[in-house]
Amino acid sequence: MARSIQFREALREAMSEEMRRDESVFLMGEEVAQYNGAYKVSQGMLAEFGPRRIIDTPITELGFAGVGVGAAQNGLRPIVEFMTWNFAALALDQILNTASKMLAMSGGQISCPIVFRGPNGSAGQLGAQHSTAFESLYANIPGIKVVSPSNGYDAKGLLKQSIRYEEDPVIFMESEVMYGDKSEVPEEEYYIPLGKADIKKQGRDVTIVSFNKMMKVALGAAEELEKDGISSEVIDLRTIRPLDWMTVLESVKKTNRLVIVEEQWPFASVSSELSYRIQKEGFDYLDAPIRRITAADAPLHYAPNLVTAALPDVPGTVNLVKEVMYLEK
Amino acid sequence: MAEKTQIAKSVANKFSKETYLYWYELMQLIRQFELTAEEKYKMEGKIRGFFHAYVGQEAIAAGCITATRPEDLFITGYRDHGLAIAKGVSVNSCMAELYGKATGNAKGKGGSMHFFGKDVNFYGGHGIVGAQIGVGAGLAFAEQYRSSDNVVLCFFGDGAARQGILHETFNLAMLWKLPVVFICENNNYAMGTSVERTSVVIDIYKLADGYEMPADTVDGMSAEAVHESVTRAVKRAREKGGPTLLEMKTYRYKGHSISDPAKYRSKEELEEYKEKDPIHQILLTILSSGFATDPEIKTINERVAGIVAESVKFAEESPWPDDSEVLKDIYMDKDYPFIVD
Repeated sequence: MARSIQFREALREAMSEEMRRDESVFLMGEEVAQYNGAYKVSQGMLAEFGPRRIIDTPITELGFAGVGVGAAQNGLRPIVEFMTWNFAALALDQILNTASKMLAMSGGQISCPIVFRGPNGSAGQLGAQHSTAFESLYANIPGIKVVSPSNGYDAKGLLKQSIRYEEDPVIFMESEVMYGDKSEVPEEEYYIPLGKADIKKQGRDVTIVSFNKMMKVALGAAEELEKDGISSEVIDLRTIRPLDWMTVLESVKKTNRLVIVEEQWPFASVSSELSYRIQKEGFDYLDAPIRRITAADAPLHYAPNLVTAALPDVPGTVNLVKEVMYLEK
Repeated sequence: MAEKTQIAKSVANKFSKETYLYWYELMQLIRQFELTAEEKYKMEGKIRGFFHAYVGQEAIAAGCITATRPEDLFITGYRDHGLAIAKGVSVNSCMAELYGKATGNAKGKGGSMHFFGKDVNFYGGHGIVGAQIGVGAGLAFAEQYRSSDNVVLCFFGDGAARQGILHETFNLAMLWKLPVVFICENNNYAMGTSVERTSVVIDIYKLADGYEMPADTVDGMSAEAVHESVTRAVKRAREKGGPTLLEMKTYRYKGHSISDPAKYRSKEELEEYKEKDPIHQILLTILSSGFATDPEIKTINERVAGIVAESVKFAEESPWPDDSEVLKDIYMDKDYPFIVD
């Protein structure tokens, strides 16, 4: 039986179910316990699991990331929540230099099964320091995995998978503006393996690839294009590292055109890597250059029109699709 | 609250003959390992990369081992050879790691700065100054979470005392009463910068005051003093009394790394410390207490030389890691789809 629940509830169910199953799982972060979560993701979890397993931290990202990493290296399975991935930049040393590298540096002795999660990217007029999307930055790092779901159903299955089965560090990216989104989530337990993209809409004329909240732009554009008789295939990457480029390639073999929508800064972004892969593996199938729409190559400003102007949107995506179909100059 | 503890030098009657002979042999093993490895580096080019010797600091490793149990966990920075050997990482695997051979304790993937021995609870060999302080607290968090009474000994240098992670971790470790002993091996120089040039707080143990953490300053050239202070701190941690900071005043005879001629300090300063040589002090106690005769000491020295020579032979005869190891031990997944072109 499926119910309609919020994205944040789906995350909460994922964590709570895994914590009931496995004593070694715990949640740590700023305001996760007594405050019930800055975005209410962990609401009620302190009441169920108690302060030993739902742990409030001071504002000390580097410190609690380090504690989480050490705990993971010593047999526990921590979930570390960052209030936003922007603050996690303070903890980057522990993620990049310790969590991701210790298995290699120790010759396979010391693994680090930890999930770092929290909201990522822009969420309205929050100013430059609360608005960065970090998927491409973390996806650059060997040794970790990067998950960035677009809906509650995927979020629950992917988070449960990350907590229970992934033996490597997982970067799990949510969005402030998606926490209230509702989706159909079954009562029955399920897991979604990492590294598998999802074809959200079948189509024949163009492939549109996106992830996280930009999936709304991709699907919105597809809907608009449908009115003009253009059939788009829309793919949700869901996991950024490892990147399921083969699903994209199979789609491009059918549509011969690819447009990528993402909130990353453009330099060395997810679209950069995907474009390289598709031109290499699918050169003969392409009827037009691969195009992309990213966040502006700039910190995100405050004014509402500047926010709109800097981020991908439906009209921009529609125009790009028409360009790769040579319908508009 | 931090309190300065003076520990008498003459404590021979407090420790057994076996303890002294154990200390002597372990410290000699560490020193001869380092001197031999340095020779292989400088004279024969068999070892490359950054190389930080433990020579002069051996009493810390020795005193910490006798004050702890095998189940207790050690984690340190990049000056890690001495503590790895003390904890029980095999000397052969240590020399082979320096050579970059497949038989190294990290399969030739770590090198000098990244020795590991999870089977003997040695959690490495960390290269980012101070990063292991946070990780060490995390190891202790896991022990506390499981309600074990194991304790983590978390080592770092005086340079790391100026990193933010030290302060964040001290705060958390006290807040959560983690079973960890923070051991600052203060050899007085962060690479080429003396402690006096890095802060107005030159007594590093006083940093604990800001977090109301118990702290001591210890003669790091004395295995006895190290043993006694660590015993107290470990007892506190085991009995759920939380962390302690121990500042071990020590000295490295060598430069910061093998490429450092250490021109920033005087010959007189170095000679002054060499007079307090920890191995020499132990030897004097052993001989004056009649714990061993000169020929018996000679036998120990020969045994140590044999172990070190055997490790060189082992390293030289060991194979390089296979090229295919480049993409192994990156993920626990055996079928991770690496990007290869």
